[in-house]
Amino acid sequence: MAKSSSSDAQALIRSLRSAYAATPTNLKIIDLYVVYAITTAVIQIVYMGIVGSFPFNSFLSGILSCVGTAVLAVCLRIQVNKENKEFKDLSPERAFADFVLCNLVLHLVIMNFLG
Amino acid sequence: MVPNHGSIGLRALICALLSICAAASIRPISDAHRSAALDLFVPSGGLFQSLEETYEALRTFQILGVGNFSDIGPATCPVIIDNLTSPASSPKDLFDAIRVNSILECQIGSQTFKDVAEKFQDLIKSTDKLMNFYYSILGLLHVKAQGVSVVLPDAEGVFYSIKALSQNDGRWQYDSNNAESSTCAAGIALEALAGVVSLADIELVQSKIGTIKHDIVKLFDSINSYDDGTLYFEEKHIDGSEYKGPLATTASVVRGASAFAAIVSEKLNIPGDKLVGIAKFLLSVGVPSSTKDLFNQIDSLSHIENNRISIPLILSLPSTVLSLTSKDQLEVEVTTVFGSAAPPLTVNLVRASSSDVKNNPILENQELQFDTEKNVHYLDILPLKIDIGKYTLEFEISLHDPENLNTYATGGHAHSLIFLTGLVKVDKSQIGIYDTDSESSASMLKLDFFKDDKISLVANHLQKLHLSFQLFTPLGNTIKPHQAFLKLRHESKVEHIFALESSSRQYKIILDFLALVEKFYYLSGRYDIELAVGDAAMENSFLHVLGYIDLDLPEPPERASRPPSLSVDPYARFGPKQEISHIFRAPETRPPKELSLAFLAFTLVPLGGFVIGLLTLGVNLKSFPSSSVHALFSLLFHAGIAAILLLYVLFWLKLDLFTTLKVLGLIGVFLIFVGHRTLSCLASTSAGKVKTN
Repeated sequence: MAKSSSSDAQALIRSLRSAYAATPTNLKIIDLYVVYAITTAVIQIVYMGIVGSFPFNSFLSGILSCVGTAVLAVCLRIQVNKENKEFKDLSPERAFADFVLCNLVLHLVIMNFLG
Repeated sequence: MVPNHGSIGLRALICALLSICAAASIRPISDAHRSAALDLFVPSGGLFQSLEETYEALRTFQILGVGNFSDIGPATCPVIIDNLTSPASSPKDLFDAIRVNSILECQIGSQTFKDVAEKFQDLIKSTDKLMNFYYSILGLLHVKAQGVSVVLPDAEGVFYSIKALSQNDGRWQYDSNNAESSTCAAGIALEALAGVVSLADIELVQSKIGTIKHDIVKLFDSINSYDDGTLYFEEKHIDGSEYKGPLATTASVVRGASAFAAIVSEKLNIPGDKLVGIAKFLLSVGVPSSTKDLFNQIDSLSHIENNRISIPLILSLPSTVLSLTSKDQLEVEVTTVFGSAAPPLTVNLVRASSSDVKNNPILENQELQFDTEKNVHYLDILPLKIDIGKYTLEFEISLHDPENLNTYATGGHAHSLIFLTGLVKVDKSQIGIYDTDSESSASMLKLDFFKDDKISLVANHLQKLHLSFQLFTPLGNTIKPHQAFLKLRHESKVEHIFALESSSRQYKIILDFLALVEKFYYLSGRYDIELAVGDAAMENSFLHVLGYIDLDLPEPPERASRPPSLSVDPYARFGPKQEISHIFRAPETRPPKELSLAFLAFTLVPLGGFVIGLLTLGVNLKSFPSSSVHALFSLLFHAGIAAILLLYVLFWLKLDLFTTLKVLGLIGVFLIFVGHRTLSCLASTSAGKVKTN
């Protein structure tokens, strides 16, 4: 039983990998960016766990910067993905422009809150 | 400058108010004023602070007959000549200089005077302000007195111009723009008008002079009065910066009215009583403590003394405290304001009433006799059997020669307050201790307050102390003194004070120790007994230590109040206070620096991972536009984003939000434009590729 579950898991991972390899490069770049942002957030949470949450506003702005940019990147990925029928009419350049603008506004607020 | 005038005015107002609170004991001008003049007007090196003050000083000295001008003259004359010859002198400077010169009589050529006269004449032609008229007309008068002939151009016109500034209530305006009328201005205008008449030396139509006389009467109708009968002038509209108190205003009106009265042929219709009231007000100021007040007082009193309407006679008492013991007589002086002798007259004491019992007069209609050697009117009060106390006296002056009524003013009835003091006899004084239930069988000790033997008593808390005595005036009546207190002082310096009650014939106090146990803080021991009796009319008020009493009080219960701790030096409260230790919030513990720097490095690790991942994915820059225009825009787009991120870093480090937003707006607009171009050409390129594909 265990053997089959582990082999099931291996088969699952293998199929996931092969499917993922088929995604276009630009989406992979965006996925990589999201992973980077979340990792940075996790490191900040670990730091907070060690030293405590003073000053709390700095901690929040750091975390929200990472999370916010990750969320925006996810939105970009949705809009740029050609298989997504909802956003067929939206050009990727327009989506990218939205991404850049929203990031800039987010980071203005983050910098203000950073203190 | 403005706050200075205001504070001076306020002080003058307070001084004037205080003068009514003190029941004005008026005395004529005396040597006290003369020495005050010498003390207040002190030149430094022969010079005073301004020419105005120089004039005030010299005029005061002249009237009082003190001071010598020998050192003032040489120092001030150059200043005067400088002012008179300088082309930049204002009318006020010229006026001050020329009137000081009329007292000092410096050596000045007649050409200078002619020039000055010309300046004044030009000013009269061109001005419409009251102060300029005043300076020029009175300046011309002074120049005329030097022997230079002056001509007042268009005297009637000038008269009319000044008269045009007058108001319905007898006051004047300073100029036609200023809507508020001022009493001071009235005095100044009257002086100026008198100057016009004496300069012009023509017969001005009597009706014109009649209107001015009418104005003066209306002005005097608006006079204010205090409760004690003194009269004064005051401004109705008080302008904070230019406030002149009642003294200055009254002085101004007196100068103006007397100057005008001097030039008209018949007397002004001002009742003599008003002049007496004004004279009393000026004297009730006492000896002023400022130079301006002293000058105003002395100058206006000298005008009153020498005026043509009527000369006031002042009734004053050299001493308001009379002693029955030393057989003092009631003495009254009647003089002019400067202390000169009055015409032959009789003083009648109309009524003397006690200040406590107002309605029944003690004395009525006593005529005072005249002592020609000492120049006083006196009354022997000893045979009149008046008791000690405070009395209000009402006097009436009657002149012997009815002709003198035209020249002198007596001012109706004069009121004065006097104290009659004497020795008070203490009789039947006794003190004793008795038990609560046996009041009648108390053993009382006789006391004599004026012998030195001390009594000693013993009592416990169940007994009472009884003290009584009688007080008699020299005439044998009982008296109720202002103070009658008994003080018991413990060895530990704790004191208790009791007021004595008065019954019909005697003063007594009964101390019930049972009721007072708690008030005495349960302190047993020796208490010193002191008795204080005093009154304003009592010459022998006393504070006697009668002796001591040993008091035996029960033990204090648990919750009894402690006696108040002795007050230490009362000035200790001004010393340094106890140090306050503030409690601050403990600062948060911060992590060690190395840990924070380590985690900074950790945070940058994912960035490295991201770059490595990108390289692994095979990121390239092939889609970067090749044509130079598009490449430029793309570069600018990236530069714009980098600039905004740099701006954010600067914002975090040192900028504030407003600056950041401003700069962000600028870069943002640029970025939008550039970005739009870049992305649109990218879009067209990719669309082209798709099409070809």
